[in-house]
Amino acid sequence: MADNFDRGLDKENIVQKNATQQFLTFTVGGEEYGVDIMTVREIKGWTETTRLPNSQEFMRGVMNLRGLIIPIFDLRTRFHQGMTEATAKHVVIILAIGDRNIGILVDAVSDILEANADQIKAAPEGDTQVDTDYISGLISIEERMVVLLNVEHLFEAHHIEKAMAQAA
Amino acid sequence: MVSLDQFKQTYITECFELLVDMEAYLLALDIDAVDTEQLNAIFRCAHSIKGGAGAFGLDAIMNFTHVLEALLDSMREKKVKPSRVAVDMLLKSVDVVTQMVRVAQDNVALPDGFGHELLEQLKGLAAGSGIESAPISGNSSDEGKESKENIEQQRWHINFAPHETLLATGNEPMLILRELERLGTVEVMAFTHRVPVLEELNPTCCYIGWSIVLNTDKLEDNIREVFEFVADHCDLTIVMEEAKPPEDEFVADVRSNNIKIVADDNPARSTQSSSIRVDLEKVDRLVNMIGELVITEAMLKAQTREFTEGQFSDLMRGVSELSQHTRELQEAVMAVRMQPVKSIFSRMPRIVRDISAQLGKEIRLVTSGENTEVDKTVIEQLGDPLTHMIRNSVDHGIESPQVRIAKGKPEEGTIHLSASHRGGRIIIEIRDDGAGINRAKVLAKAREKGLIAADSMPSDEECDNLIFLPGFSTADVVSNISGRGVGMDVVRRNIQGLGGIVQVTTNPGKGSLFTVSLPLTLAILDGMIVRVGAENYIIPITNIIETLRPKSDHVKRVEGHNDVINVRGDFVTVVYLHRIFNVTEAESDPSKALIVLVESGQKKMGLVVDELIGQQQVVIKSLESNSDPVAGVSGATILGDGRVSLILDIDGLKSLCHGHAELEAA
Repeated sequence: MADNFDRGLDKENIVQKNATQQFLTFTVGGEEYGVDIMTVREIKGWTETTRLPNSQEFMRGVMNLRGLIIPIFDLRTRFHQGMTEATAKHVVIILAIGDRNIGILVDAVSDILEANADQIKAAPEGDTQVDTDYISGLISIEERMVVLLNVEHLFEAHHIEKAMAQAA
Repeated sequence: MVSLDQFKQTYITECFELLVDMEAYLLALDIDAVDTEQLNAIFRCAHSIKGGAGAFGLDAIMNFTHVLEALLDSMREKKVKPSRVAVDMLLKSVDVVTQMVRVAQDNVALPDGFGHELLEQLKGLAAGSGIESAPISGNSSDEGKESKENIEQQRWHINFAPHETLLATGNEPMLILRELERLGTVEVMAFTHRVPVLEELNPTCCYIGWSIVLNTDKLEDNIREVFEFVADHCDLTIVMEEAKPPEDEFVADVRSNNIKIVADDNPARSTQSSSIRVDLEKVDRLVNMIGELVITEAMLKAQTREFTEGQFSDLMRGVSELSQHTRELQEAVMAVRMQPVKSIFSRMPRIVRDISAQLGKEIRLVTSGENTEVDKTVIEQLGDPLTHMIRNSVDHGIESPQVRIAKGKPEEGTIHLSASHRGGRIIIEIRDDGAGINRAKVLAKAREKGLIAADSMPSDEECDNLIFLPGFSTADVVSNISGRGVGMDVVRRNIQGLGGIVQVTTNPGKGSLFTVSLPLTLAILDGMIVRVGAENYIIPITNIIETLRPKSDHVKRVEGHNDVINVRGDFVTVVYLHRIFNVTEAESDPSKALIVLVESGQKKMGLVVDELIGQQQVVIKSLESNSDPVAGVSGATILGDGRVSLILDIDGLKSLCHGHAELEAA
């Protein structure tokens, strides 16, 4: 299955690095998520965006970042938990994905997490309830469980289409 | 020739770069283990120089590099083994070509037989005759070595005391000093003891002299060369700190040639404007940052408006200075991208000459305003439409000499090509004193081709502009110059693509005037900001025809299609922006909203918007660099408050609303 194949690759990438990796963690609706800190460009407060016509629901529009126009995605909407009632206290994390810069809207930034390869577990398989394609791994430290995100898969058109098909 | 000068300058600069590269590659060449890639690189250098030389009619360089190229080619193909002698000879060729290029730069003629000897040797080598035995070659290999050994720095003391008349001869000491700086490091001391008291001072006389210490690896000849043009107008001493090694024969040879060249003619040395090549991306980053600065500055300024008089006066002063500097900075950065239109204008005389000769017409092209500056991207895309319009004027505008004489006009026709800045745009005018547009013929043609209704009676102005319709051509004879019906509509499309407008006015029998109005830069767009619900959009002004508030019975519903509006007898598709963009809380009754009539290509549309906010120049930003393309949106911009606003793509809207209509009909 393509899903498993993708995930397997992701895991391999992480294992290969062997040394500890750092993740920026943040919360959306009580859940904790993490992204590779090397992809994080900056963190800023939420400001009003400009809506793009006829875009996906989780696409919150575009924002001006020092002359660059950055699309902002609502993670909560992406996880099918409704739309974030964004206030100035909400946080936008600007990520460099490939040669693009995008922003993700989250509730709050929590931590920088250091983990080595054997602390990172593969994402659970067989859970068909949600599209899990975008999960690159799990870290559980003490009572916490952090879901590591593969942001590229989260907002890439063909991954989304597949996810939507699954949800339907 | 003069009009080509700018290109030639670029070519010459490139030549010097290529020659430096070539020399470096040659020096790095290991004879015992020749790297083909290196030979290829050397070959490419020679080839580029040859190509350009051909284009600029520099035959000496072309012929020489041709032989050079042939030799390098046979080396690549391993027909000729690269030997020390061969490499030395190639290095010497680099020197000779450098000399030739320098001569070309100064626009003087090469003396007969310059470099001929070396040329013959190269030919011999290329033919594989093995010239090691030839007496000259042994000599030359020594020279090559020696000139390389001469690279060590030497210290020269130069006393340069211009005569009072130096300035009157059109020479500028500053340029000479700069020239010296090119040779190495200089320490310059001016002596001013000859400067008289103010009453006696004649501002046209040169009283100052200079004492210069120059550290260079160049030879005395190179230094003397700098003073070549002022030699008769100054006292000059050039002394080296230590004894100079004897010069090799070859360099001496070159020098004697050089002196001869200069003695032939004494032109003003061509000015070398110093420039650097910068990645456009870097400039764009600067532009972006300046844009942000302007927004911040506007925000600060808005804050200070709330202060009462006399409050925080220092801060206020600071802010007002900041805004002034910001504006200047913005202008300066935009100016970096600007180039004079000369580079396109200079192509035209040749085109006019060639075509008029072909058609047996006599035409003079007068250009003015060549130094008018416009953004690089505009220049790049302006060449084609302008060439086409000039061709058109030559072909259709100006009559043949016989006809002109019969009409009592001078035999020679004139085309004026001019550029000027007007109101933040560049205006290019092409005026000819030819026959003008034959309106009756145009009208008949347009009716015949069904481009206009058979019974419509366009005004003179409308009639003139019919020539921009697709598929229109009135040339009696379809020539290979123009008149294939792919003319003026393409011109108009190109110009519109640049955000410009092209118009024609004609005076029958007296001539026509084509006016092209273009934005100074493609990075900036004149936009109308409109509100739809809570969203603001920007419509490019060049697309807007007019804005109107229709009476409710003017908008007609057509089953299965978009609504249409009757604008003075013309039925135009109505596009509800809020519907195709899914904006809520927008006015959907056109009689309560506004309709902005826009045009793209030949198609018109009426866009329903809630309100016009105002007109503004906006900086165009790409949306697609970070997000997926959005239908109906060509880009985005950042408004004064820092918020992003979308620029509508009228062409894209057209297809979007078609899709929408079908969807609704389904």
